[in-house]
Amino acid sequence: MKLAISRCRTLPPDKALPLLANFQMLPIVEHPTAAKEFVTNPDRSRWHDRALWFVRSKRDLQASSLPEWEYLRETASQIKTHTIANLSHYLEEFERNAIAAGAIVHWAEDAEQHNQIVLEILQKHRTKRIVKSKSMLTEECGLNHYLEDNGIDVVDTDLGERIVQLRKETPSHIVLPAIHIKKEEVGETFHEHLGTEEGASDPKYLTEAARNHLRDKFLAGQIGITGVNFAIAETGGIVVCTNEGNADLGTSIPKVHIACMGIEKLVPRQRDLGVFTRLLARSATGQPITSYTSHFIGPKDDNSELHIVLVDNGRTRLRASATFRAAMHCIRCGACMNTCPVYRRSGGHSYRATVPGPIGSVLSPTRDPDSYKSLPYACSLCGSCSDVCPVKIPLHHQLLAWRGELVGKKLLPLGKRMAMKMASHLFRHPRLFSTAGAIGRRSLRLLPRWATHNRFNKWTVARDLPKPPQESFRNWHRRHRGS
Amino acid sequence: MSSTSSAKRAILDRIKTQPVQGPPLPDVDPNVVIKFDDPIAKFQEMLGAVGGQAHMVQTLGDVHSTLQTLEEFADAKQIVSLVPDAVQGTVSTEAASDPLAYSNLDWSIVAGEFMVAENGAIWVNGNTLPHRVLLFIAQYLAIVVPRKQIVANMHQAYERIEDFGARFGIFVSGPSKTADIEQSLVLGAHGCRKLQVFIVDDMPSA
Repeated sequence: MKLAISRCRTLPPDKALPLLANFQMLPIVEHPTAAKEFVTNPDRSRWHDRALWFVRSKRDLQASSLPEWEYLRETASQIKTHTIANLSHYLEEFERNAIAAGAIVHWAEDAEQHNQIVLEILQKHRTKRIVKSKSMLTEECGLNHYLEDNGIDVVDTDLGERIVQLRKETPSHIVLPAIHIKKEEVGETFHEHLGTEEGASDPKYLTEAARNHLRDKFLAGQIGITGVNFAIAETGGIVVCTNEGNADLGTSIPKVHIACMGIEKLVPRQRDLGVFTRLLARSATGQPITSYTSHFIGPKDDNSELHIVLVDNGRTRLRASATFRAAMHCIRCGACMNTCPVYRRSGGHSYRATVPGPIGSVLSPTRDPDSYKSLPYACSLCGSCSDVCPVKIPLHHQLLAWRGELVGKKLLPLGKRMAMKMASHLFRHPRLFSTAGAIGRRSLRLLPRWATHNRFNKWTVARDLPKPPQESFRNWHRRHRGS
Repeated sequence: MSSTSSAKRAILDRIKTQPVQGPPLPDVDPNVVIKFDDPIAKFQEMLGAVGGQAHMVQTLGDVHSTLQTLEEFADAKQIVSLVPDAVQGTVSTEAASDPLAYSNLDWSIVAGEFMVAENGAIWVNGNTLPHRVLLFIAQYLAIVVPRKQIVANMHQAYERIEDFGARFGIFVSGPSKTADIEQSLVLGAHGCRKLQVFIVDDMPSA
């Protein structure tokens, strides 16, 4: 994999989407290359595809059980659009009310500041062991590694996250972190780390083992870290949704709770949650609501602390772009991944990003267009993601728009750019077009198979070419409808 | 904390220098959202679907007799009951302020404020819990709720808790669960292994 050395050059200033000044050095991701291993393993690829389609089908059942589903989506989209437009107002209102309720509010411009703030809180409390529930924001900021490098024992308590943590992997899905791992593999991992029986693969047995293993960790945890699903401006409260109850167990034992959130998680009023709690779990896993929907307003008592870290990390830049702003509506349900034909077959790791799938392919290039330039092409523009998105992000339109931006930035490989130029030339010259068509029809009939199916033509790796028609459409039209 | 206040200024400045037009904040039209002819029946159906068990009982006294038919209750040693009129607990919550004191708790029996028909959820106000860990640390959980206290959907639910006056409040829908291993649903991830909900006919509201 080549490193993005070229990123050291200065990029042209772009008012719409300036690059983050502090991006880390990341390898350039070629999605097709990164997906190859997964896709060329037909068993795994098909198994993964089916697992996610199962989740998507459960989502459909839930969505169709509510006659007002589309009304809810529209309302959710309006609430988010309104909130993002008035974001500074609501952020200040939230901070005021959270402080009044006894919380301590921190602001972080980027991942590094966020990580430092969390570490300082831990150091102030001389904490060595923390229990963490799922937070895509802390994944985005690389918090676990940062804390581990500073001598902190970090325990992910969401079962899926614990599995990938023990395997030294990263989540491949934002809601189902271990969706790419088979139960036999979980069995091996647990045998090695938790001492379960060799060869065990029964999910019930493995979950029970994890329950007991993590119980001890919960009881020993000194500080609990959670993400935030929703933050409410009018109350200064935060809401965390889980099925396992890990965020609740992890924050009700220690005296200190650190909640990390992106600034787009705000909603103006508590009653707005009526809309979002109805959409979130139905869209995510096809449940009517998560098992636990916890509302925290301030610390649990006067001897405890609640820290809330508000993180920008590129979000204000995303907000400045009219084309991509709606991506800030995202409530991280994962429905766009479950439905995406590319994601289902290529696996979450092929995106090499914290957030994979359609929404990840929109968000990642905002962070760093050069590294993630192939992601907007990991898409057939089928539009299914836009159809299922509970907050109506026009995902496939944004992916198409990204392609335009990337062409403008000259970030496409030379081969693709030349091909586009030639196609454009061809389409603008009717006579040339019809000659090329005639040559194409004839050569497809005459050429031997190796001439089209060879290693230089990726298109035919898993495809046959269509049978060429006897005549052009233009000819056919002239004969039947002409003169 | 100076670095976070300069971060605050920078973030707010970036937002304010980029004015964006947005629609007004919408309100949900109560006539558009789903309601049920028999909300209790819907609640029972949904609670079953999310892995909980509903029991319709006449009086608080019936709660105890029903619980005793459950093997996991008959064998229980450590029980916290926040509904003493229904069940006498074996562990007092007055002495222990340390949550670790409850680490071997078998059962918690708590009071729910109201039910939500559309998703089988029950709202528990944090003020009714001497310690919030009681909801999550017990192996088994029972919630006792008056039959009359039910709403159809989450919009009505949030109307009821507009100002719930506590530091903590929670919708509980079914027992703790996970499907993180190959999408196989397993009840009892970290919190309670099972959830019993007692819908009591004749019960004074809290």
